[in-house]
Amino acid sequence: MTGKGKRERGKVLLEVRDLHASVEGREILRGIDLTVRAGEVHAIMGPNGSGKSTLAQVLAGHPAYTVTAGRVLYEGHDLLGMAPEARAREGVFLAFQYPVAIRGITNAYFLRSAVNAIRKHKGVEELGPVEFMDALEEKLKAIGWDSSYLSRPVNEGFSGGEKKRNEILQLAVLDPKLAILDETDSGLDIDALKTVAQTVDKLRRPDNATVLVTHYDRILTHIEPDVVHVLAGGRIVKSGGKELARELEEKGYDWLREEAVVT
Amino acid sequence: MSSGIEAQVLQPYKYGFVTDIESETVPPGLSEDVIRLISEKKGEPAWMVDWRLKAYRNWLKSPEPHWANVQYGPIDYQAISYYAAPKQRPKLDSLEQVDPKLLETFEKLGIPIEERKRLAGVAVDAVFDSVSVATTFREELKKHGVIFCAISDAIREYPELVQQYLGSVVPYNDNFFAALNSAVFTDGSFVYVPKGVRCPMELSTYFRINAESTGQFERTLIVADEGSYVSYLEGCSAPVRDENQLHAAVVELVALDRATIKYSTIQNWYPGDEEGRGGIYNFVTKRGACRGRSSKISWTQVETGSAITWKYPGCILQGDDSIGEFYSVAVTNHRQQADTGTKMIHMGKNTRSTIVSKGISAGRGQNTYRGLVKILKGAEQARNYSQCDSMLIGDRCGAHTFPYIDVRNSSAIMEHEASTSKIGEDQIFYAKQRGLSAEDAVSMIVNGFCKEVFKELPMEFAVEAQRLLGISLEGSVG
Repeated sequence: MTGKGKRERGKVLLEVRDLHASVEGREILRGIDLTVRAGEVHAIMGPNGSGKSTLAQVLAGHPAYTVTAGRVLYEGHDLLGMAPEARAREGVFLAFQYPVAIRGITNAYFLRSAVNAIRKHKGVEELGPVEFMDALEEKLKAIGWDSSYLSRPVNEGFSGGEKKRNEILQLAVLDPKLAILDETDSGLDIDALKTVAQTVDKLRRPDNATVLVTHYDRILTHIEPDVVHVLAGGRIVKSGGKELARELEEKGYDWLREEAVVT
Repeated sequence: MSSGIEAQVLQPYKYGFVTDIESETVPPGLSEDVIRLISEKKGEPAWMVDWRLKAYRNWLKSPEPHWANVQYGPIDYQAISYYAAPKQRPKLDSLEQVDPKLLETFEKLGIPIEERKRLAGVAVDAVFDSVSVATTFREELKKHGVIFCAISDAIREYPELVQQYLGSVVPYNDNFFAALNSAVFTDGSFVYVPKGVRCPMELSTYFRINAESTGQFERTLIVADEGSYVSYLEGCSAPVRDENQLHAAVVELVALDRATIKYSTIQNWYPGDEEGRGGIYNFVTKRGACRGRSSKISWTQVETGSAITWKYPGCILQGDDSIGEFYSVAVTNHRQQADTGTKMIHMGKNTRSTIVSKGISAGRGQNTYRGLVKILKGAEQARNYSQCDSMLIGDRCGAHTFPYIDVRNSSAIMEHEASTSKIGEDQIFYAKQRGLSAEDAVSMIVNGFCKEVFKELPMEFAVEAQRLLGISLEGSVG
């Protein structure tokens, strides 16, 4: 750590203010405040049902959730006013907790379509199949996959762990500015967790940021967070450094739940 | 709106223009006199007229079938004109004599028939209303002994061949619509591939309905002699009109020993508007006979158009070791209805059949798969594999499956798989989260669903099919 020294704080990438959101009339988020700067990794922890995944989905623009109050600025722009695909093209990436299967469409085709949709948006020339495959080689190696995964249909017949790795492959290929990882660590064995975490860690740069939504601190031993937040009852009840994650692992969430009621 | 995935906007049908051309139309109505008139116009021999009249008399006695899972008001057969042809039909020795308006029409449809613009490797027979206006590469094919021409020409030029095979797979009294077709059919294509010849190019026919208040009754006959191979594709379209127009075609295929016929259809008749006004009634009888040993007939169809589709391309597997295949994608959007599937009749030993059906329903579309697999007593060791998948887009459409299985030989092996899935918000959201637009997401999901069928299409047309599918479903996702 000593070698790195204290980094200069990056510009604000994501600013969430008093965000309220509900699904099917039930309020899940009850006033979230969160500021993520470029270069940072934030971990959002919390018990089941605290609203972690809802926050991730709302930031990505899932149509099932309704934002009832608050605002979200992404690079200074109104994120909530953007369509999901526009958010993606502007560099917001969500690694899904439950990745969706698309039969008959190969991973390679899906990935290339995504890459080209983003390139087109940026006004960069789209990639042909051959150029794309060349660019992919290295990223594949990083997550420990051979190219046979590319010819398989998107997530179809994938094990839980394979689906999660596939999300990380997409993350590596699309190289977003803001990556939100929704429980990417759950359902992974220790080796897979390590591979996934190392890949994510390697992608850290001063101009991008990662929000890790997780239930356990396991992944945080591989990816060191700058800030840890605890979400309970739809609010962030506590924020702190990486030591907060350890504390949570030891003490559980109950003491914080009480704290949440008090505030 | 309960679901964000629903029909919102009608994507205008892109082939709905009318060609302004003077045509010669027989007044509406059907009678023996009308049939004689059509036959006379075509300069047909006496046996052909007799056959037509027999069919007509049979048609008068048969009831219109109503067992299909489709609904429509009564059809007034006396209000239809049974013959419409562009005036001054030239003798088609040279394309220069074809009315430029016709050339232009087909070019607009993406079917260039002018010499200099022809599709490489694809011979085209272009049928406009009741007549064939041009057949390309006819001479070139002749060098290989392959006959590819309008069926009216074949009746005059190759009467023995036509007489031998016409009605041999679909008899004139097969069903109501086949009988009607046999009585009044006007044009269509005839193909004969001689022994041992592999047809050097794709053959294709493009059918265009243009005139108002007419029906199109084309007839296609393909004969593949011993050890030959041919791949044939038909496409079609029609102008946008408020009235329903009847299209009752008959297609007969005959494969002799070790011959293979691959028959592909991209059906894009006008489907009607979002309220179900207008559109083509596509009531078609298609059947192939695998007459010879180790012969093979493969049907591939992509059905995106028509207000109502009623068709069951089937195979009669007579020869031992013969193979029948049916690959189908049927799309119903808005108020379209489709009742389609296949019949596989196993008669010979070791006969095999494969059925892969993909039904996609959107808007208020109703999509029915109806299939029969029949294993007759003598069909030792027959095998069938059937797979019927349905996809629903939105919550106002329907998918139905009626598989009939009739096995009379205990050595038969039958497999049947079926699935129904709903194109989910989650799938679309997933694709959007990777930067894809809603249209691209739907098109990708649907194309993935249809992949097993599209890979059976000749390369030149697979792309067209994918594009067409995208167009048919455009606007079906909000």
